[in-house]
Amino acid sequence: MSTLSLRNVEVEKDGIRILSGLTLDLSERRIGIVGRNGSGKSTFARLLNGLERPSAGQVLLDGDPEPRGLRRHVGFVFQNPDNQIVYPNVGEDLEFGLKNLRLPPEERRDRIATLLDTLQLSHLRDRLTHTLSGGEKQLIALAGVLVMRPDWIVLDEPTTLLDLWNTRRFMRVLDGLEQRIVMVSHHLDLMQGLDRVLHIADGTVADDGPPAGVIAGYVARSEC
Amino acid sequence: MTTRDIVFIALFAAIMAALAVFPPVMLPLLGVPITAQSMGPMLAGGVLGARRGGLAMVLFLALVAIGLPLLSGGRGGFGVFFGPTAGYLIGWIVAAVAIGWMTERVWHRLNYLTACAICVAGGIGLLYAVGVPWSAAVANVPLSAALIGSAPFLPGDVVKALIAAAVIVTVRRSYPLIPRSAATSR
Amino acid sequence: MLSDLHVPGNSPVHRARPGVKLALLAVFCTAVFILDDPLVTAMSGALVALGYAAAGLRPRHAWTSLRPALWPLVIVFLAQLVLADAGTAMFVTGRFAVLILAASLLTLTTRAVDLTDSLRVGLERLSPRIPADRIALAVSLCLRFIPLVRTVLEDIRRAQWSRGLERRPLALLVPLIVRTLRTADEMAEAIEARSVE
Repeated sequence: MSTLSLRNVEVEKDGIRILSGLTLDLSERRIGIVGRNGSGKSTFARLLNGLERPSAGQVLLDGDPEPRGLRRHVGFVFQNPDNQIVYPNVGEDLEFGLKNLRLPPEERRDRIATLLDTLQLSHLRDRLTHTLSGGEKQLIALAGVLVMRPDWIVLDEPTTLLDLWNTRRFMRVLDGLEQRIVMVSHHLDLMQGLDRVLHIADGTVADDGPPAGVIAGYVARSEC
Repeated sequence: MTTRDIVFIALFAAIMAALAVFPPVMLPLLGVPITAQSMGPMLAGGVLGARRGGLAMVLFLALVAIGLPLLSGGRGGFGVFFGPTAGYLIGWIVAAVAIGWMTERVWHRLNYLTACAICVAGGIGLLYAVGVPWSAAVANVPLSAALIGSAPFLPGDVVKALIAAAVIVTVRRSYPLIPRSAATSR
Repeated sequence: MLSDLHVPGNSPVHRARPGVKLALLAVFCTAVFILDDPLVTAMSGALVALGYAAAGLRPRHAWTSLRPALWPLVIVFLAQLVLADAGTAMFVTGRFAVLILAASLLTLTTRAVDLTDSLRVGLERLSPRIPADRIALAVSLCLRFIPLVRTVLEDIRRAQWSRGLERRPLALLVPLIVRTLRTADEMAEAIEARSVE
C-alpha cells in the first residue's frame, strides 16, 4: 500500500500561478488525469516525481516529504520518447538508470534481461535507439523507467504520438504492470477502465471520482 | 556544470556533425564551395556562450579523432589533425570560446550588427590567426604564402559569419540561454 | 550511418591496446617532425607501409585515408615548388602523407568504442578530479543526438521546401536549433528523472 499525498500545494512560475490549493491523496492502482491544454495537468504530473517542486505546500510519499524518495519510487514517462531515450543503443539506455543506482554489472544485466523478457522485447536489446519505430521507442522509454522498479509510474500523454495499434499495445503492457499508475491523456476512451479520474482546470482539481462521471462532466464543459 | 549543460554541449557537437551534410553552396565567380560546418563554432559560441560552446567543439573534435567520419566530405580519424589545414580545426575551439565570451559581454544589447562584428572577429579573424601560421609552420612556407592560400575562402567565411550572426540573434529572441548560465557560472 | 572508419581484422595491430597505439603514434609523429630529415621521413614511410601490411590492410585503405587531404597537399606541393625546389616540395608533401597515414592506421585498426573506453580509463588514472563519467555521458549523448538532429533537419527541409524556403539557411538553421534545444531541455529533465543519486 503506497500513497502519494499533496498538502496545500501551489506552483508558481515567473509570477504566474499554475496550480493552487491542491490537497488530495492518491492511492488507487490506476488513476487518470484529464484537462485542457495549459490547465496545469502536466505540471501536476511533474510534481508527483519531484521534477517540479511546489512553491508552497508539500508532496509526500507515504508521509515522507524527501524529494529523493519521490524520484526513487516514482518513475516518469514523457510524451515524446525521443526526448527520454538518452543512449544510442537500447541495452545501454536501460542500463543508464541502474548505473546511477550503483548496481553491480551482473545484476544490471539480469534485471534488463528479465524485464525485456517480461515485456517480450528481448529482440530489441542490441538495436540502435534511433532505428526503433515510434511504438517501440515508447515501450523502451517505459522499460527504462520499469527497470528501476519504482512503486509508481507517472505518464504524461504517453500515447499522443502513437497510432491506434501501438496505443493498444502500449496500454496492454501498462495493464499488466503491478505498479500504481497515474496517466495524463487526451484519449478519453483510455480512461474508462481506471479506478479514479481527476479533471484539472484552471490550476486546480475541478472534478474527481470514478471515470464515467468525471469524463461526462469534462465533455459537457468542453461543449459550452 | 549541470546535466543540462552537458546535454547542450552534446547537442551542439551533434549539430556540427549535421552541418557536414548540409549541401555546400558554390560561391559565384570564385568557384570555391562553402560548407556549412565552419558555421558551427560561431553558432555554438553565440548560442551557448564561451564555456559550453568551446567544450562542444572539443567534444566534436574528440569524436572526429576517435574515427567517426563527421567532418564535411565524410572525413574523420586521427589523420585529419596532421594535414596542413589542421590548425583551422583547433581554431574552431578558439573561435567558439572567443565568440561566446564576446557574446556574453554584450548579451543585453546584442543586435545583428554587434553579432556580425563578433562572428567576423572570432570566426574569421581569430580562426585565421590560428590556422594561417599553423599551415605556414607545418608546410614550411612563409606566412604570406599561407595567407594567400587561405584568401579564396575569405568571401565564403564572411557570408557564413553574416548568416551565423542572424541565426544567433534570432535564436536569442526565442530561446535565450546565455544570461542564465552567466548568472550561475560567476 | 554512424559507422566509424574502422576496418575489422584480427592482426597484432588490431589487437594491440588502443592506449599503446595512441602513445606510439604520438612518439612517432613527434619524432618525424623534430628530426626534420628526408631520410627519416622515407624510413618512417616504410615503417608505416609495414604497419599497413601487418594489419592486412590494402592500398585502397591507405588511399581512402589520403584522399580527403589531396587538395591541400597539392597546394602545399605547388607552393613549395615555387618557393623552394622540387626536392623540398617532395619532402614536405611526403611527410604529410606519412603522418596522415600513420594516424589513419590507428583509426583503421581500432574501434571507436575501444578508443573511448581506453581514453576514459586513461583520464580516470590521470586524475580522479576529471569527471570521466560525465565525459562518457556527453559522448553517448552526442552519438544519440547525431541521427536525431539529422532527422529533424530533414523534417525542416521538407517543411521549408513546401514554402519555397529550402535554400534559405536561416529558415533551416533557426528552427533546427530552437527545436533541438527544446529536445535537449526535455532530455536533461528526463536524465534527472532517471538518475537517483
